[in-house]
Amino acid sequence: MTGPLLSIKNLTVTFPTPKGPVDVVRGISFSLGRERLGIVGESGSGKSMTGRSILKLIRPPGRVTADEMVFDGIDLMAESERRMRALRGARISMVMQDPKFSLNPVMTVGEQIGEALQTHRPMPRRQLRARVLEMLHAVRINEPDRVADLYPHEVSGGMGQRVMIAMMLIPEPDLLIADEPTSALDVSVQAQVLDIIDELVTGKGMGLILISHDLNMVARYCDRILVMNGGEIVEECAARDLDKARHPYTRGLLAAMPRMDEDREELPVLDRTAWAAT
Amino acid sequence: MNAIELTHLDIAYGPTRVVHDVSLAIAEGESFALVGESGSGKSTILKAIAGLAPDWTGEISVLGSPRAHRPDRGFAKSCQMVFQDPYGSLHPRKTVDDCLAEPLAVHGLKGRDGRVKAVLAAVGLDQRFRFRYPHQLSGGQRQRVAIARALMLEPRILLLDEPTSALDVSVQAEILNLLKKLRREQGLTYLLVTHNLPVVSFLCDRLAVMRHGRIVEVAHVEALKRGALAEPYSRELYAASGGTLQPA
Amino acid sequence: MSAVRDWLLDDSPSSRLQASLGRTWRSFSALMRNPLAVAGALIILALIVMAIFAPLIAPYSATGQDLANRLMPPSAIHWMGTDELGRDIFSRVVYGSRITLMIVTMVAVISAPIGLLVGAISGYFGGWADRVLMGITDIFLSMPKLILALAFVAALGPGIENAIIAIAITAWPVYARIARAETITFRDSEFIAAVQLQGASSARIILRHVLPLCASSTIIRVTLDMAGIILTAAGLGFLGLGAQPPMPEWGAMISSGRNFILDQWWVATMPGFAIIAVSLGFCFLGDGLRDVLDPKQRDGR
Repeated sequence: MTGPLLSIKNLTVTFPTPKGPVDVVRGISFSLGRERLGIVGESGSGKSMTGRSILKLIRPPGRVTADEMVFDGIDLMAESERRMRALRGARISMVMQDPKFSLNPVMTVGEQIGEALQTHRPMPRRQLRARVLEMLHAVRINEPDRVADLYPHEVSGGMGQRVMIAMMLIPEPDLLIADEPTSALDVSVQAQVLDIIDELVTGKGMGLILISHDLNMVARYCDRILVMNGGEIVEECAARDLDKARHPYTRGLLAAMPRMDEDREELPVLDRTAWAAT
Repeated sequence: MNAIELTHLDIAYGPTRVVHDVSLAIAEGESFALVGESGSGKSTILKAIAGLAPDWTGEISVLGSPRAHRPDRGFAKSCQMVFQDPYGSLHPRKTVDDCLAEPLAVHGLKGRDGRVKAVLAAVGLDQRFRFRYPHQLSGGQRQRVAIARALMLEPRILLLDEPTSALDVSVQAEILNLLKKLRREQGLTYLLVTHNLPVVSFLCDRLAVMRHGRIVEVAHVEALKRGALAEPYSRELYAASGGTLQPA
Repeated sequence: MSAVRDWLLDDSPSSRLQASLGRTWRSFSALMRNPLAVAGALIILALIVMAIFAPLIAPYSATGQDLANRLMPPSAIHWMGTDELGRDIFSRVVYGSRITLMIVTMVAVISAPIGLLVGAISGYFGGWADRVLMGITDIFLSMPKLILALAFVAALGPGIENAIIAIAITAWPVYARIARAETITFRDSEFIAAVQLQGASSARIILRHVLPLCASSTIIRVTLDMAGIILTAAGLGFLGLGAQPPMPEWGAMISSGRNFILDQWWVATMPGFAIIAVSLGFCFLGDGLRDVLDPKQRDGR
């Protein structure tokens, strides 16, 4: 267990377009220990593509190249699709933006969580059910017994996202990738969901990659932050040093956000000409 | 005269009532916000005023005249709406020019060329965007087109339904600046629906906090800036967005 | 040439015309990249050319009889042989393309707009308008096409015009269904709400905003249906209820050739080939159009 949990060198994701290939991620490198890493950027910055390429979820015609992409000693670039399937969920999990689209509408919540575990670690029914209820309890669902028998359309957005988290964490993965896990939720529920993720991740000593467009949220829940723009990492800093960010892009983003006690007559606008055209 | 006046407004969607007994008065030239979480009924009020949610009882009056339950031509000239989703609010097969000229054609107004050019300039879009299709525009550019479309008939009131929640932070700043500038220049009245309190702080004079279809509290924006909202639910909402400053 | 191309593909067109031409050009070049669609388009083009220049292409008259040379097998003089009255089958197939083309065009021109309009009105208004219009549509849909067409022709009397009317009457319900389904998907969308708020009348919204969005899926469907229309027309002709002799309608030609099918196979087979080729052409073109025009397949931008 020496060395980082995940190490990525020179990762590039390319998509062909009628006007020639476009790099949506341009040769980024970073490594991750058992810590909480935030990747922040606006739409089109390549942040989601980075998350997906770690799980090798980029579909053709998209192409992923990297000098190195090693997860806990396993060279992800060399893994076959079959071996990747065994890895996904069991060791690296991903929580997506909207639970409505990630849950199977014709299976109960309990069945889906159970299946997530069963695929990787077969066990008797009764034990499985017990584990599912325990997990639902862990994501702070009050009546796990009742909720386990509900269908996805019967639960609210916030609860749906907690179910997703339960599903992703029940096989006890080493790395959780959360891609905009709360942007479909109301503000008061966002905090709850993030607190749960935070508690489980730190409690189990997992690695977390939190992908979001929200600088302040990432700063609050992560140890380290990567700011991406135009497929490149423009800034890397410790979360608590965010206000000391150097790069004009990061500073521009911070300034462009209205504050609760806003007294500026006009919000400063990013000068986009200074970076890659988007 | 008040720009918008709601008296004992109840709104239903089919069998369920989503807004209960809402009364509000918004002065002309004011920028007013309805804030709340999803399902609080805030967007429904906007739709009822616009005539898109016809099943209501009570009274709605706009600039002194009572509203019908459907959109109508006279109302169109005094009040327009900007929608949340810049990807869904523009007709996919029509150019920017078609989209902006349509309200003029509906009302048989002349000088189409000049007006389209003028409004594009007003919302800060270069003339070369005029004959593009929506899929050739970015989210922020689309939202500018949607605002331009709302301004074509020179209304005095704009209904804004989460106009920036689908946009990136930096683009949100541009659109918020634009809305502020337009209001200053044209003396518009805004009724803004949002869940984003910092946006209210930037753009509005007063706000109403809504929950489960009822108004919990009406406050001046100063109270929001100081964090001095009175009702417990408002304070809860404030705390949840406090420091997070959600752009979306 | 490249200047024209650049003008068409300009990202910021400077006029309405340039924008719509550019759009058409993009769809066209996407279509041309699809080999099956090109094959289909070529077949249809050949059909049209054949119909227009029939007198120049056909070596003989379509109706002139030559009883001395009846039932001749294909040869250098008669490429497709001759029929039981000594008429040159190739010439008749060439002239028959005019009838086929007229039938498909007329049917499309009559049935597609009716179907589009009924579907769009039904989908846009919903409620009782929807129930009544779709009820009527369902009644038409529930009857087998050929049988319904037969009934109409029987009532109206045999003849090519009546065959066209009969086929059009049986063809529109499908388009109404498609247009209604499309309309419902965007009836409550914000861009429709925006035009409503501008004070536009329902008629204007349906004609100018709803129909253009239903048009592409209907065009695709019509193109794919062309094969079926040709076959129905041929079927009516075969039964003696469509085009009347001596008109060189392909279905009627097969019908008259079936008496000799064992000994003089070419009499029925040659027009049969023509029907298959043209039907396939429309199918290929329709499939290609679907790839290019169908918004659902393109939205993945």
